[in-house]
Amino acid sequence: MTTPTYADQFRTLGEVAESAADAPSWLPALREAAFERFKTLGFPTTRDEDWHFTSVSPIVEKTFKSINAPASTVTLSDLEPYIVDAEWHRLVFVNGRLEPALSQFTEIPADVQLSPLSEMLREEPEWMEKHLGKLADFDKAAFTAMNTAFMQEGIVLRVPKGEVVDVPIHVMHVTDANAAGAAIHPRMLVVAEEQAQVVLVESFVGLESVSYLVNGVAEVVVGNGARVDHYKVQRESVDAFHVGTVQVTQGRDSIYHSFSYAAGAALSRTNIYTKLADKGSEARLNGLYVLDGTQHADHQTFVEHLAESCASRELYCGVLDGQSHGVFNGKVYVDPIAQKTDGKQTNKALLLSPQARVDTKPQLEIFADDVKCTHGATIGRLDEMALFYLKSRGIGGENARALLTYAFAAEALETIEIDALRLSLERQVFERFTHSQLI
Amino acid sequence: MLKITNLHASAGDKQILKGISLEINAGEVHAIMGPNGSGKSTLAQIIAGHPGYEVTSGTIEYEGQDLLELDAEERAQQGVFLAFQYPVEIPGVTNAYFLRAAYNEIRKAHGLEEADPIEFLDIMEEKLKLVEMDISMMQRSVNAGFSGGEKKRNEILQMAVLAPKLAVLDETDSGLDIDALRIVAEGVNKLKRPDNATIVVTHYQRLLNYIVPDHVHVLAGGRIIKSGGKELAHELEAKGYDWLLEPATAGV
Repeated sequence: MTTPTYADQFRTLGEVAESAADAPSWLPALREAAFERFKTLGFPTTRDEDWHFTSVSPIVEKTFKSINAPASTVTLSDLEPYIVDAEWHRLVFVNGRLEPALSQFTEIPADVQLSPLSEMLREEPEWMEKHLGKLADFDKAAFTAMNTAFMQEGIVLRVPKGEVVDVPIHVMHVTDANAAGAAIHPRMLVVAEEQAQVVLVESFVGLESVSYLVNGVAEVVVGNGARVDHYKVQRESVDAFHVGTVQVTQGRDSIYHSFSYAAGAALSRTNIYTKLADKGSEARLNGLYVLDGTQHADHQTFVEHLAESCASRELYCGVLDGQSHGVFNGKVYVDPIAQKTDGKQTNKALLLSPQARVDTKPQLEIFADDVKCTHGATIGRLDEMALFYLKSRGIGGENARALLTYAFAAEALETIEIDALRLSLERQVFERFTHSQLI
Repeated sequence: MLKITNLHASAGDKQILKGISLEINAGEVHAIMGPNGSGKSTLAQIIAGHPGYEVTSGTIEYEGQDLLELDAEERAQQGVFLAFQYPVEIPGVTNAYFLRAAYNEIRKAHGLEEADPIEFLDIMEEKLKLVEMDISMMQRSVNAGFSGGEKKRNEILQMAVLAPKLAVLDETDSGLDIDALRIVAEGVNKLKRPDNATIVVTHYQRLLNYIVPDHVHVLAGGRIIKSGGKELAHELEAKGYDWLLEPATAGV
């Protein structure tokens, strides 16, 4: 039903793109292949094993349109609550379009490349051809195919060998009332070369309660000995839909550290996939989702241990109130070659209301024999003994519950290594549950 | 201050306390001793308002009011304090925040103004010395990753800050080395005032070398089978519990 209209949109997009003389010649073919795949696959249904607990029919029913919004009226003070740290490098997109006036390019090492996708396609077409679409496989992933077909803007970050970017790079994807009915497909490509280090924070912020779709794809190459810290803070409008896929590949002795915070959107799905492709590499995938009302948030992680002596650590916590629904699916694959694998996965959910629901599915496929892989899942309510402890100190029922709910969430937040971000999220979560300020 | 009369209590189907009567006056220290499973921790938790026990008969009167009518938090606000045998870990909530929240809840209950973080820091500095704890402990999450000794000292720190009228120490000596035991006991002794009272629940006499009780009660099978002065604790240390238990079990 919906693909014809997306097809119309795709044709229009093609005409515009072909008329742009400076677009690289290889790009239309990539888009075409992605769109054909999207048409064939169609949107996933709950019959797909990977989408068993998440129905995207609300997205399918809407047919979001590519956006051609008027100039943004968003001001810096609108963004103030989301900026986290004014000293950071900041790239702000409003309704999918880069807003230089809201962005801040603080001093970045000269050989580090941090550019809009459109600019890189114009200026570095050969380098882009080598990297774009090479990790984010759309063969089985309709949303990734859709992003690849429709992507317009985003970020390309290239950190050359040995370069350490000290200041975090904050990419903010903001929507306002003009985003109503729109589909936005942000794209990101990060290449951290050998021994390079960078911290990336991606924020998704909905300023107005309108319905739109953000369908993002990020490809991250972590070179030998490199380290990428990648934080995602999802605070879309509660009427919006958010799908985000991160596909990572890791070199020898590299570290990829990811944290996903999901508090917004009517329906969100976050995929974080990493390949531990060479010896001694390490993935840390952590997250927190905080839901209420009829919100639905789904996280799927996939760690592929493809080499010896790699480690993966996962901690996901969820706090669910109202009639909200959380899903966590943690897949771990250990290749026959991946001896001495050390994997640990923990996911915990706290249900604050009898109507809240969580589906959690650890999925371990282990084909090597000398490995240490554990997983644990708990779903529960607040611990009575802990409640009694707080009450016995004079802290009454409601306050005690609020404090313990915060404490539950804080366990995940403690894995955030950037102090300013951790503090900012701690304050936010604390206020949400206790209605008072964390001092 | 506290008057327990013929207290019976159960957990689920299991009758644990089978008629306890005890009277404690301001300024007194009472030790409750007894073998494992005698019900002494249950008694401590019931005084503090643990929801897992049901009082099937008997009364507890505290400062002229029916203690059993009050919720756990109301008891705390009225000056009842329980130092836990197994203090609960609360990740993500700093000791400083937790203690100030507790302190302010109790002040609010008495119609007093809440202390702001700066004022509270001054109060803390003095109390920390009492249990020989460093100020850095205040920024750590409540009991999370604390050693056994740190947890128990933290309980006494809370007691010092909340200044209860009736403090119940539940097996505070368990798992402590001799230095930690001395610090904890000295803390408790320094907090002793003519207008407050302390109940020390313990299996061993060791702690009572430091916190000298006015009265010692032996609990077994859910009843107090013997009461005496501090010399009773020494007698138990020398002879164990068996010589007392036989007549008690014979009576069941």
